[in-house]
Amino acid sequence: MLLEQTISTRGTEPAPETFVLNLGPQHPATHGVLRLKLTMDGEYILRGEPVPGYIHRMHEKMGENRTYAQFLPNTSRIDYLAAMHYTHALVALVERAAGIEVPPRAEYVRVITSELNRISSHLVWFGAYLLDLGGFTPLLYAFDDREKILDLLEAITGARLTYGYYRFGGLANDVDAAFVEGTRAFVTYMQPRLDLYRKLVTDNIILRKRLEDIGPISAEMCRRYGASGPVLRGAGVACDVRRTEPYSVYPSLDFAVPVFPEGDCLARYRVRMEEMAQSLRIIDQALTQLPEGPIQAKVPRVIKLPPGEYYSAVEAARGRFAIRVVSDGKDIPYRVKLRTPSFANLTLFEEASQGMMLPDALALLGSLDLVIPDIDR
Amino acid sequence: MKRALSDLFGGFVSLLTGLRITLQQFFKPSVTVHYPHETLPMPERFRGPVMLVRDPATGQALCIACKSCEKACPSDCLVVEGVKREGDKKKSVTEFKLDFTRCSLCGSCVEVCPVDALKFSKAYNLASTSRTAFCQIDLLERREEPRP
Repeated sequence: MLLEQTISTRGTEPAPETFVLNLGPQHPATHGVLRLKLTMDGEYILRGEPVPGYIHRMHEKMGENRTYAQFLPNTSRIDYLAAMHYTHALVALVERAAGIEVPPRAEYVRVITSELNRISSHLVWFGAYLLDLGGFTPLLYAFDDREKILDLLEAITGARLTYGYYRFGGLANDVDAAFVEGTRAFVTYMQPRLDLYRKLVTDNIILRKRLEDIGPISAEMCRRYGASGPVLRGAGVACDVRRTEPYSVYPSLDFAVPVFPEGDCLARYRVRMEEMAQSLRIIDQALTQLPEGPIQAKVPRVIKLPPGEYYSAVEAARGRFAIRVVSDGKDIPYRVKLRTPSFANLTLFEEASQGMMLPDALALLGSLDLVIPDIDR
Repeated sequence: MKRALSDLFGGFVSLLTGLRITLQQFFKPSVTVHYPHETLPMPERFRGPVMLVRDPATGQALCIACKSCEKACPSDCLVVEGVKREGDKKKSVTEFKLDFTRCSLCGSCVEVCPVDALKFSKAYNLASTSRTAFCQIDLLERREEPRP
């Protein structure tokens, strides 16, 4: 629509001269090696074609030539900012398929660590997105807070990014009292910080002017491209895997699914900010309900899934992540398919960016919260 | 007109609020650690490159060369060989090589070890000018925490 307007101000024909602009694969705003082939008419985008594949690592194929336990470390490396959720999907799949009963304490710890991971992931997005938009300071605030989460998770998992903390039937090791206390302290610390973010950034007139009514994505467009997560909830659809296909102990926890119907960049921004508050609520409840007991169920030494197809989905920080495994009864899966949210969210960029100005398209790209290894996997 | 005025006024207030927050931050203590002049202690469970656990009395490696770690490793990083010496009940290790260029520090080897003969070191800043420095690390020879 915007394109038509610009063309009509110039005359009936688009300008005879268009040019192709390569954004990336090494560009600060693409956060990794994503290439955008933009056909430009002056400042306006006629066609924005994403060219992924620069960091393809064959995670699916790797899954097909190693055992389930050996594939487990890979799941932390698909989306390195939300490693917990991805590991959760694989362990949940194997547990469901092999009929392993997970001890309640392990499930609660999984929820706590997953939600901590969601907050840290959203904080990275928050900092990096504002960096894209030209604001440097918020990044430092976000990373200061994220550091606290990383310290908590590092103490119990032994890693700061690629946690690999969940095991089939439980956890790699138990959490201690220091973690529970530290997480409690973090929850009390973080709530006023979110308020500070609102005052510092969300209410800021420059940000509002930059994001309001920019990059509209409708619920219908999300449906066509299979977009999920904050992109879908920012288009007014209350769809959250934790609600629609409950897993782990989420049904026993009280939390809201934030929805903003505007469908613009600001709506997606606000969904994520609100999600951090909801994650804090979940962590708080899970800490209160955290039962004592074992953290690991009895699991056969060699895991073989009965022949058939298995599917497991989780709500990762960027949307719906799902694994489909076809088993032929051996200890190595016959086929592994990874459905990653960033890939589906990226595909709508071409349609959504049509006729946008280049700086606005970067605001749109950032609001999709893309993690490039998650696209290429 | 009214909208523009309220934008102007509200926007100005929002900018002042932001500036006040950054100004307050200016007087708070610094949170940055000045690496490499200062470093943080590594947590107990930190996963650094693996090393062999030794008997404190004899200095012998506890490893029984069962090759469980070799099998569990997703990236084939480990090479373990052992022999059964006369009079010993268990096998003892004669070769233990780590290809750290392929290791992803997942910890499968440490977890699977039946006699807890492997542990993580706390090294996080290893560096070298050649790739070969890490592709054939002899863990039997290494007795101390790896250092850069």
